[in-house]
Amino acid sequence: MTEQTHQIRLHVNGVEHEAAVPARRLLSDALRHDLGLTGTHVGCEHGVCGACTVLVDGQPMRSCLMFAVSAAGHEITTVEGLARPDGELGPVQQAFRECHGLQCGFCTPGFLTTITAGIAENPDPTEDEARDMVAGNLCRCTGYQNIVKAVCRAAELARSGEDGAA
Amino acid sequence: MTTKMMGAKVQRVEDDRLVRGTGRYVDDVAPDALHAAVLRSPHAHARIVSIDVDAVLDIDGVHAVWTHEDLEGAMADPLPLLIPHPTLTHGRTQYALAKDEVNYVGEAIALVVAEDRYVAEDALAQIVVEYELLPAVVGIEAARSAANLVHDDVPGNVAARMEQSNGDAAAAIAAAPHTLSLDLKIERSACMPMEGRGTVARWDPDQNRLQVWTSTQTSTGVRAAVAAKLGLDLGQVDVITPDVGGGFGVKIVHPWPEELLVPLAAQRLGRAVKFTEDRREHFISSAHERAQEHHVEVGFDDEGRVLGLDVRFWHDHGAYTPYGLIVPIITSTQLLGPYKPGAYHVQFDSLYTNTVIVTPYRGAGRPQGCFVMERTMDAIAAELGLDRADVRAANFIQPDEFPYDQGLIFQDGRELKYDSGDYPAMLDKIKELVDWDHFEDFRSAKAAEGKRVGLGLACYVEGTGVGPYEGAHVHIETSGKVKVATGLTSQGQGHQTAFAQIVADELGVRFEDVEITTGDTRRMPYAVGTFASRAAVMSGSAIHLAAKRAKEKALRIAADALEADVDDLEIVDGVVSVKGTDSSIPLGTIAVLSNPLRYAFDEASKAATQFNVGDPTKPPVAEDDEPGLEGKDFYSPPRSTFASGMHAVIVETDVETAEIRILKYAVVHDCGHLINPMIVEGQIHGGVAQGVGGALYERMAYDESGQLLNASFMDFLMPYVTEVPTSIEIDHLETPSPLNPLGIKGAGEAGVIPGSAAFAAAIEDAERLPITAMPISPSELFALRLAHAPHAEESK
Ligand code: FES
Ligand code: FES
Repeated sequence: MTEQTHQIRLHVNGVEHEAAVPARRLLSDALRHDLGLTGTHVGCEHGVCGACTVLVDGQPMRSCLMFAVSAAGHEITTVEGLARPDGELGPVQQAFRECHGLQCGFCTPGFLTTITAGIAENPDPTEDEARDMVAGNLCRCTGYQNIVKAVCRAAELARSGEDGAA
Repeated sequence: MTTKMMGAKVQRVEDDRLVRGTGRYVDDVAPDALHAAVLRSPHAHARIVSIDVDAVLDIDGVHAVWTHEDLEGAMADPLPLLIPHPTLTHGRTQYALAKDEVNYVGEAIALVVAEDRYVAEDALAQIVVEYELLPAVVGIEAARSAANLVHDDVPGNVAARMEQSNGDAAAAIAAAPHTLSLDLKIERSACMPMEGRGTVARWDPDQNRLQVWTSTQTSTGVRAAVAAKLGLDLGQVDVITPDVGGGFGVKIVHPWPEELLVPLAAQRLGRAVKFTEDRREHFISSAHERAQEHHVEVGFDDEGRVLGLDVRFWHDHGAYTPYGLIVPIITSTQLLGPYKPGAYHVQFDSLYTNTVIVTPYRGAGRPQGCFVMERTMDAIAAELGLDRADVRAANFIQPDEFPYDQGLIFQDGRELKYDSGDYPAMLDKIKELVDWDHFEDFRSAKAAEGKRVGLGLACYVEGTGVGPYEGAHVHIETSGKVKVATGLTSQGQGHQTAFAQIVADELGVRFEDVEITTGDTRRMPYAVGTFASRAAVMSGSAIHLAAKRAKEKALRIAADALEADVDDLEIVDGVVSVKGTDSSIPLGTIAVLSNPLRYAFDEASKAATQFNVGDPTKPPVAEDDEPGLEGKDFYSPPRSTFASGMHAVIVETDVETAEIRILKYAVVHDCGHLINPMIVEGQIHGGVAQGVGGALYERMAYDESGQLLNASFMDFLMPYVTEVPTSIEIDHLETPSPLNPLGIKGAGEAGVIPGSAAFAAAIEDAERLPITAMPISPSELFALRLAHAPHAEESK
C-alpha cells in the first residue's frame, strides 16, 4: 500500500517551497526533513517543550502539533529567518549571545521565535513580563536566569534598532 | 601585551551558528538516510515465547527488520559491562535485541528500517510478539524482600554488596555521648536532555569504513564498542560527535543498543541509516538515577562533632548493570563532604528491579550522599539545640589539613584524598550571602504577616576531573591560525570557547585565531569523555600542555631565524619578537619554516620549498625532529580534584496549600581557577534548576507492574522559568588545585548536588517537622502536617 501524498506550497522565511507530503506529516518534520531547515528542533513531539516553535503569520505555534498540509498558505518564520536581511544577527539572537542565554542550544530556536513574537507584542517588557513570555518553553541547561536577561536585552536592542531606522 | 583570556567573561564562539539555526545535531546530518524504529517491550518482566515479523516486509517503504535471531557473532552476545568491579559479583547486561526474556518496559526487541520514521513505526505495529508474563519487581522494598527475582540466577536481587570503612565506627558510636538514627530516602529522576539520543551511520564500501555520528558524551567509547561488536578494526570506524543537545550523564552510556544496530543496518543495507529517539522512548529506554534508601547511625559529642558514622544503603540500579557501581560508590564516599568524622563505615547493596537501568545523572550519587550527610548535620544540631552552621563548622576539615586523606577508595579506584579547599571561609561567605545571622528577624517579620518561612543550608565536596587521561593536538597553520583537537565531546559547556581561551594565553595568539574540534575520533583517537566535571581539568590541561609543546618548537625555530636566545623571545598576538627590539617573525612564517617542502602550491608553500628553507648542509628534517608546527600531549592526573560548595535557600511554605515557594537562593562555589566565569555561572544556574526539579518536582511514577505512568513532559515535571528562583546569588572562592598546571577543578555538576538537602532543611525549618524523603510535593507536605498534627497538639 502506498501512502497518498499532497502537493503543498510552504511559504517559509519569505521563500516559496514545494513539497509532496502525506496528510499526517508534521510541520516540524516537513520543515526539517523535506525542506532541510533543521534549525527547528523537536524535543518532545507532544507540544510541551516549545523547542519546535515557529511563527505562523507572526504567531508562535508548536510545529509538532500542526500538520504540514495545514501550514500551506500561511507565512512561516523559523529560526533561520530571524537574522537581519544583511546577515547580521537579529536582536533576539544578538541578545542570547550577549547574555549567555544558551548552552547546548537545542531549546534555543524555540525561545528565539517565541521571544520574537513576544517583544513584537510587548516591546518594553518588565522582568516579570519577560519571564511570562518564556514560561511555556523548557530549557534543561541554562536554569533560565540568562534567558530572562536576554528577553529584556532583546527588547532593548529591538527598540534601539527601530529608533535607528526611524 | 595581550590581555589574559583565562578568567575573562569571553562570549561564546559556538553561539553564532546555534542562534542562526545552523548548528548540526545528529538528526540534522545525512538527510538521505533511512530511518530506524525500535519495537520495545510493553511488559516489565516477561518471557518471549515467539516473535512474528512476517507482515512487516510487505509494507511499502520497509527495508529490513531484525530480531535477536538475525544477530550473529559478538552482536548476539550481551552488551558489555563497561565498568566491572570486584564486588559486582552478579553483573548482568541486556542484549542489543532481547533474547528470550525482557526485564523492563522499553527493552529493545526488534529493529525496523524504512523510508521514513512514520512508515517504520507503522511497521512496528505489525510485529506480533507472544509473551509469558512474569512477576515484576518494582522499587527497593520489593527488590529487598526478594519475593520475586528479576534474574533467576541472582539470589536476593543483589548485584553487589560493597563495604568500606575508616576506623571502627560501631565502637565510636557506642562510646559517643549522643547518638541518633535516621532513615532517608530519595526517588528516581532522570537527566532529560532536550535532545534525546540519536545515531546515524554510513558504511563506505569503497573505503571499507564505517562512519558514525552519535549524540554521545564519549565518541571514542562508542567507536571501541562498535568496532568490537561488528568485528571491525578500530581503524575502520570513525565516530563524530556533532552538536549535542545536552547530556547530563545519560549520553555517557555506551553502547546503547541503537548505537550498534544502526551501524549494523547501515553496513548490511549499504545505505545511511538514522535513529532519532522520541521522548517517550527516552523515558522508558534510556536511563534514570537517584533512587536510594539510607539508614544512618551517628554518634557525636556535645559540640556536634561526629565521632562515629555508620551508613547502610540500598541502591536501585534497574534491570541491568552496564555502568557498574559508579553511582553508589560515589554516594558512599562523597557523602563525607567537607567533614571528617572520627570513624566511618558504609555498606551498600545494589539491587535489581524490573525498571529502566540506572546510570549517572549530573551529580551522580552525590545529591543522595549530600542529602544523607546534611540531614544528619541538621539532626545533630536539632538534638543539641545548636546553630546548624556551627555544627558544620565543628566538623570541617581545616585549610591547613590539605591534602586530606579520607582513608577510602574513590570511584576511580584511587585514594579519596582532597587536594585543596577552604571550608570555613566558604561558610562565612554563604552566611553573609543569605544573611544567616539575621534570619530570625526575617522569620518573625514574616510570621507577623501570617507567613511561614524556613532557611536551609547544605555543603558538599565534589570529586571532579577524574582520570584516566585526555589528550590534545595543536597545529599552527602557515596562516597563523591555530587548529586544536581534543577527543572529549561537548554538550553545551562551551568547550570551544573555554579551550580557545587556554590556547590563546599559552601560545600568545589571538583568541579569534584558535579553532577547537571536540569528539571526532579522526582528529584525536585517544580520549575518555565528558562527564564527572572533568572536561576543563582533563582536556583543558592537555590542551595547555600541547600548546606549550607547539610553543617550544615555535620559539626554537624563531630563535634560529632571528638569531636570538629563546629566553629573550615573547609571543604576542601571534608574532614572536625579541623582547625590547623590532626584530620579529609571525607564527605563520615559523610554520612555513618548520616544513621544508618539495612542491609549491601557494605563496606560503613556495616560501617553504627546500631551496628556501633550512641549512643545505644538513638533512631537511633533523633526525630528532618532524616537519610542521604542532604539539601533542596528554594529561593524566594521579587522582581526582575536589571542588566544593555551599548552597543556602529560603523558602516560604504556604500555610493553607503547603505550596513551597523559593524566596532566595545563594551559592558559594570553589572550582579552583575559573577559565570563563560567565560559563561557570551558567553551569551553576542550570545545576540549581535541576536541583530544584529533583527536590520539588521530578520523580518516576512506576506502578507495581513496572509501567512508567509519567513518561511525557506533560507528566514528568521539569522546572520551567516559573519554578526556578528569580535570582541566584553567587560568590566564588578560588583554591587552586595543585594537581594540574592550570589550578582548575570542574564545575559541571556542582549546582545540582545540594539541592534536595538544602530544600529539605529549609522546609523542615519552616514547618518544624522532620523531612526525610525527597522530592516533596505540596500534597506530601500537607500529609506530613496532618500526620504530625496530633503530636503538636499533645506537646501544647
Ligand atoms: S517538540 Fe513541539 S513542543 Fe516539544
Ligand atoms: S540550552 Fe540546552 S536545553 Fe536550553
